[in-house]
Parts: sequence; structure tokens; C-alpha cells
Amino acid sequence: MTTALDALLAPDAPADLARLTDRLATQATDADLLDVAHRTIDSPYGPLLAAATPAGLVRLAFALEDHGVVLDRLAAQISPRVLASSRSLDPVARQLEEYFAGRRQAFDLSLDLRLARGFRRQVLDHLREVPYGHTATYTAIAAASGSPRAVRAVGTACATNPIPIVVPCHRIVRTDGTIGQYLGGTATKRALLAMEEAA
Amino acid sequence: MSLPPFDQVVAVHGAVVLRVCRAVLGPHDADDAWSETFLSALRAYPGLRPDSDVRAWLVTIAHRKAIDVTRGAARRARPDDSLPDPTAPHQPTAVEADTDLWSALAALPPKQRQAVAYHHVAGLPYAEVAVLIDSTPAAARRSASDGIARLRTAYPKEKVS
Repeated sequence: MTTALDALLAPDAPADLARLTDRLATQATDADLLDVAHRTIDSPYGPLLAAATPAGLVRLAFALEDHGVVLDRLAAQISPRVLASSRSLDPVARQLEEYFAGRRQAFDLSLDLRLARGFRRQVLDHLREVPYGHTATYTAIAAASGSPRAVRAVGTACATNPIPIVVPCHRIVRTDGTIGQYLGGTATKRALLAMEEAA
Repeated sequence: MSLPPFDQVVAVHGAVVLRVCRAVLGPHDADDAWSETFLSALRAYPGLRPDSDVRAWLVTIAHRKAIDVTRGAARRARPDDSLPDPTAPHQPTAVEADTDLWSALAALPPKQRQAVAYHHVAGLPYAEVAVLIDSTPAAARRSASDGIARLRTAYPKEKVS
């Protein structure tokens, strides 16, 4: 026989909690309590994790980076008030989709670059000047950043770019013409460059 | 050690907090109490010590929110003060639709109902239940067992054919 306690402890329909959790993200946004919103966005290169603060897109991560680890770090670096919320990231998802379809060459998004400091931050600003379909060398970016000998540091700045694709570190190649490393793997870098060239 | 993303707090404890809210308030007000609990928890979360008992913390918040909801419901029951429910209706789940269960719970004295919810549904030890319901551990234990005994006679209702 089912007792009242059995009935009270019966597992819920997951839809119930999903509905409440979605509503919580909306209520948290309205109450200015959502410091880091995130969602997963499908891409031809696997699922991307996108995270945003009220200031703008703060992180984009390929599946090569463990998304759970990325979220743990965001909680530690920015704020533990982290919730999944697709609504806040809809423009990011839409613009990425257009980019992957070859229908968008530049992103019109506010960015929060707080995760890159000092020289790395300067490098990111120069990366953003490399136009769609073009490449630049690590050496050229080092020179543009005012430290022509800091080629290796430019490589590090690219390797730790918190917002790949949108901040186009994939457009930076080596002086000898080889492709160089990439956060999302060299195959992804090659595919992104080929796609931009073809568009 | 740092706090995990708040997502994880919701994922791990969301279900038990919902059951507690239902046990204390019934299915109608439970959703609002759940939302108020997690919104309030989210506000305070960055100040939470990472080694805290998160479930006990949430149940304490839920207890306070349940009191607020009950008072709010009493206010709304006044004739001039009624507001239409702005939330979209949803299909009630099996447990929500179990009116015998909710009337059996609603018939319990408040302390018995709370002791059942916080001990048997939330899993808090009687010492913590006692703090919440302003009682002693022995009295909290008695309230819970009296509550369970009453529920046993009231539920399930005999089906008369």
C-alpha cells in the first residue's frame, strides 16, 4: 500500500523542475542576480559553451575544454551566481549560427574581456582588427602590440583567448606559413580559415 | 576551495526543496515558494561558506518562505485584495493531482506537518528540525511520529465501490 510519505517522496516529473529552473533564470536576470549566464550552442565543430556577464560575452569554449571545468572556473573567477539561461545568450547563438553558415563576417556583440589582462588583453584588441578571410602572423601581432620580440607571448595570448571565434585568434598563423596551434584543435582552425576564404 | 556554480545547487537540491515546499504548503503554493527559496539563496550564495550543509541551508530558507507564502495567502484571501494569478497554468503532475494526499496533510496541525516535511521529506535530523519549528528535539520527534500516524489513518482514502 502506498503511504502518504511514499507519495510525498515519489520522484517528480523532470519537466516540473525544468520549468521551475527556467523560470528561476528569468527571475534571477530580472532581479540582477544572474552574474554568469550560460548555454550550449551547436556548431559544426561540436558543442560550444557560451557564457555572458551583464557586461557581455565573457567566454566561449570548444568541447576540447571540459565545459564543466570551464564553468567551475567562471564561478571562481567571476561569481558563483552561475545559471543556465538561453534567453540572455540568444543573440550570441544567432550570430554564431550565421557565421558558421557563411552569412556573417563580423560579430555585433558586447564583449566582457575581463578574463584577459595586461599584455594578453592588448593582443586580443589587435586580433579583433584582423578582418574576416585574412590572416596575420604572430610576429606581426607582436609588433602591432608594441613588443616585437614577444612572439611567444602572443602565442600564449591566443592559446588563452577566452572568446575564440568571436575574437578571431584562428586568423593568426606562423611566419613560415604553417597553421600553428588552436584552442579548438588545428583541424578546426584549418576549417575556419577555409570557410572564411571560401565565403 | 570555492563554491560550485549555482546551477549545481539547483540540480542537486531542486527536487528535495520542491517536495518540502509541497509537503508544507500543498501543490498550489509550492512552485512560488520554490522560486522564492532559490532566488533568495542565489542572492546570499556568494557569502555561503563552501563547507556548509547546503540542503539544511536551503530548507531553512524554504521554511521562512513558506511562512511568507502562508501569510501572503491569508492576505490575498481578503475580498478586496484578490489578484489574478499571473503565471501560466501547467498540467498538474500525478502527485499534484492527488487531492487525498494534500487534504490529509492540510488536516495536520502545523508543527506536525512541518516536522514530517523537514525530517521525513528533507532528511534533517530532529535537532535541526527543532531549531526550525522552535521546539525541542524530543518534541520534534514526537510531532513527526504523531504526524505520520495521522497520515496513515487518513491516506490513502478507502475506495468505496
